[in-house]
Amino acid sequence: MDRRETGSTTPESQEQAPRLLTGTGVSPGSGYGPAFLVVGDIPEPAAGSRHDGDAPAERGRAEQALDDVAADLESRGARAGGEAEEVLGAQAMMARDPGLAVEVGQLIDQGVAAPRAVFEAFGKYRDLLSAAGGYLGERVADLDDIRDRAIALLAGLPMSGVPTSAAVPFVLVAKDLAPADTALLSKDVVAAFVTEQGGPTSHTAILARSMGVPAVVGCAGATTIAQGAAVLVDGSSGRVRLSPDEDEVTAARNADEARRAVLSAVTGPGTTADGHAVPLLANIGGPRDLDAALAAGAEGVGLYRTEFLFLDRETAPTPEEQEAAYRAVFDAFPGGRVVVRTLDAGADKPLAFLPSPGEEPNPALGERGIRMFRRYPDIMAVQLGALARAAAGTAAKAEIMAPMVATVEEAAWFAEACRTAGLENAGIMIEVPSAAIRATDLIEEVDFFSIGTNDLTQYALAADRQVSEVAALQDPWHPAVLDLIGMAAFAATAAGKGCGVCGEAAADPILACVLVGMGVTSLSMSAPALPLVRAALARHTREQCRSAAVGARSATSPAGARAAARAELPELGSLAL
Amino acid sequence: MAERKVSVESEVGLHARPAATFVQTAAKAPFDVTVAKAGGQPVSAKSILSVLALDVRQGESIVISAEGEGADEVLDRLAEIAAAS
Repeated sequence: MDRRETGSTTPESQEQAPRLLTGTGVSPGSGYGPAFLVVGDIPEPAAGSRHDGDAPAERGRAEQALDDVAADLESRGARAGGEAEEVLGAQAMMARDPGLAVEVGQLIDQGVAAPRAVFEAFGKYRDLLSAAGGYLGERVADLDDIRDRAIALLAGLPMSGVPTSAAVPFVLVAKDLAPADTALLSKDVVAAFVTEQGGPTSHTAILARSMGVPAVVGCAGATTIAQGAAVLVDGSSGRVRLSPDEDEVTAARNADEARRAVLSAVTGPGTTADGHAVPLLANIGGPRDLDAALAAGAEGVGLYRTEFLFLDRETAPTPEEQEAAYRAVFDAFPGGRVVVRTLDAGADKPLAFLPSPGEEPNPALGERGIRMFRRYPDIMAVQLGALARAAAGTAAKAEIMAPMVATVEEAAWFAEACRTAGLENAGIMIEVPSAAIRATDLIEEVDFFSIGTNDLTQYALAADRQVSEVAALQDPWHPAVLDLIGMAAFAATAAGKGCGVCGEAAADPILACVLVGMGVTSLSMSAPALPLVRAALARHTREQCRSAAVGARSATSPAGARAAARAELPELGSLAL
Repeated sequence: MAERKVSVESEVGLHARPAATFVQTAAKAPFDVTVAKAGGQPVSAKSILSVLALDVRQGESIVISAEGEGADEVLDRLAEIAAAS
């Protein structure tokens, strides 16, 4: 019987998860499917648990489980390729370790049940590794992962690994997701993401937006959802409805289709309702992202993250390799702008050939971005040289910018380095509050600004992007962040220069209107976010955007800023925002 | 019983990639292969967990032992892997 409408408060129904959970919608659209829970913690099998006496059969089960785990790790590795393949391959070797198999077998022969035997056998190696510390100590997590996967198989518990194929796309529910969990996921498999932790710039949020899959993060109680329960997720409002009735699902589907139809109806360059042009650009990591950018109608590239060319390798890419990767992107946008960010490395994104000078207890405040670039002038000369050669023969407008600039002196140094290399358009990212506060001084030295809102928010609120406990502070809607953006945009406008935004804030269609209202001249985001931002801008005049900006900056909280901006943007409803 | 004594030259010691290559090579031998730190207890060279747990650092010496037909070839190959920087 369906007790949903009765408001029953019998003890039985109280034990069930509530019917409606709410979190932060971070990737718009609605998704419906059975819940797939990623269970991070496999409980320890009870000490003293015994098998039924058939030791050979129990040994067979244990061997099979370990072998299945190894095979699964290997096949994930083979599909992911590169560094992931090596890491997962090493884990598979551990699962197949003959020494481990002997220990497990001996325990089972003494009568210990297979899950407990696996747990204890791993325990011995776990202790050895964690006692050694350092690199070996870090392998303990790998070992625990293998152990938990094997125990889950043996005990019939849900696996922590996410399936990479499904007959019906599922709603992936987790406390939080690691990159390894999600490396192989696609839209065909995942209908929506729901995580208990995380904020708008968490790994899950960024991944969901880049996949074009709805997502709700920071959703309290998400992991109480029953495995396989039907879930309807609204990635705009942040509502997660459990066991919805058919009408609700149909209504959500219809609204989603209507929204998509509205989106596809608006095409072409970005502009406000009254014809003020706002170029809409794509954030890319390399030539492989170009197809998606072009398909979404990007007018150029607003952030080319060149570090992806440098990651996961032993030596720096050659000048020729770099030139080819840069040229491929320039050539994709003849007549358009391509903004390239120079290598953004540091303790948080370490490179084998650019070792950090020393231990950094606080990498976000350490030697990264332009600071690192200055320590390695050879790396910089090669990159700027390759960019200049690639730009010389192309019809795109190449613009080069440096990350993490904090002072006038750094801005001047970078602009000079670009000019020496033969690059005409040199800009800087506004990510450090000092650069925003003194934007009028910095703009004198460079040709443009591009605001990186993720880091700007992290530094303005002193909230580490990697620490989920402070995720609520990591919100670009904080009026303090809006003020810093406003200062940078004002300084650039006064100097007759451009000021773009290339952080996740530009991908929020409501915030995009506010940014334009503050004088931001272009918006760059991951490709799937472009249609909705384009549609939101096309429905509002520049004056309405200005009013939204004034309203938002008058507020005293992120929620207040959002509400004030909404009140000035009457057409959001037609986009189901 | 044949054996080789080599100094491990890889910067990461007998961990990570060198350890994986070492164990994979040893695992192909049809006979037992052991490895020990100089003066220490030997462990199976076919067990990645045991080899890792030895915690051999750069510059430390190890003794690799095996007995059987083709043992010399296997030991030469393993010594080469261990000594590679």
